[in-house]
Amino acid sequence: MILRINGEEEDIAGCDNLLELINTKRLKREAIVVEHNRRIVLKERWRETVLSEKDNIEIVSFVGGG
Amino acid sequence: MISGNVKKRGLKNHSDPLFLVKIGIAGCGGLGSNCAFNLVRSGFIKLKIVDFDIVEASNLNRQFYFSDQVNMPKVDALEANLKRINPDIKIDAIRERLNRANVKKIFADCDIVVEALDEVECKSMIVSSLVNKVKFMVAASGIAGFGNSDQIKIKRIKKNLALVGDLKTGTEKVPPFSPKVNIAAAKQADLILEYVLKGTTE
Repeated sequence: MILRINGEEEDIAGCDNLLELINTKRLKREAIVVEHNRRIVLKERWRETVLSEKDNIEIVSFVGGG
Repeated sequence: MISGNVKKRGLKNHSDPLFLVKIGIAGCGGLGSNCAFNLVRSGFIKLKIVDFDIVEASNLNRQFYFSDQVNMPKVDALEANLKRINPDIKIDAIRERLNRANVKKIFADCDIVVEALDEVECKSMIVSSLVNKVKFMVAASGIAGFGNSDQIKIKRIKKNLALVGDLKTGTEKVPPFSPKVNIAAAKQADLILEYVLKGTTE
């Protein structure tokens, strides 16, 4: 399935929902904010957010320090 | 007191957007305290500052506090310091630890929010909780260390969310120092000034 992740098209296999995508990409769950088709999706909703061809995903990863 | 730069721009006080906008600052450490003084010097007068912590001697290498303020709650020390710049500002100083349960309520009356928290869990929590509630939000990621300060960049995530930092150098690996923290904090303040005065983030 082709997804547009942070502006770049990526061919991702075996990910039906956002949670699977985040696990596949080995992202640190507590450190990211995820937007699916321009809507912020809270952590609790990652599993139920089904991915479709050409979906737009924006992932903001934070590092510590303030 | 009418702030100098408002006078210079020849705007009427009562209608000046700088006087109307309320800015929330989540975290009063290196980013929050320095961003706050930039906002006050720019002419903003309504701020809500939120932090649970006290000033420690180790903060003085980068945060907008002074040695005689060690052990004071940061929000009280920051309020005092900002009022030395402009005694007429209106500050809500909230000494509380932000969490998912209280963050929306605390910032409900703010038009703009600065994410200036330390831990990644808190950063992602506040951005995901508030980005759909506020007109504009500026977050930060990657402000630690020294050198290559041109890497402190602005990334526009969406129309009402900008991210400042090099996106990789966290305090997990390297300690924070004043110059890069201040560059990031000043950029956060400048994004807000641009947003308010030009009505745009482009």
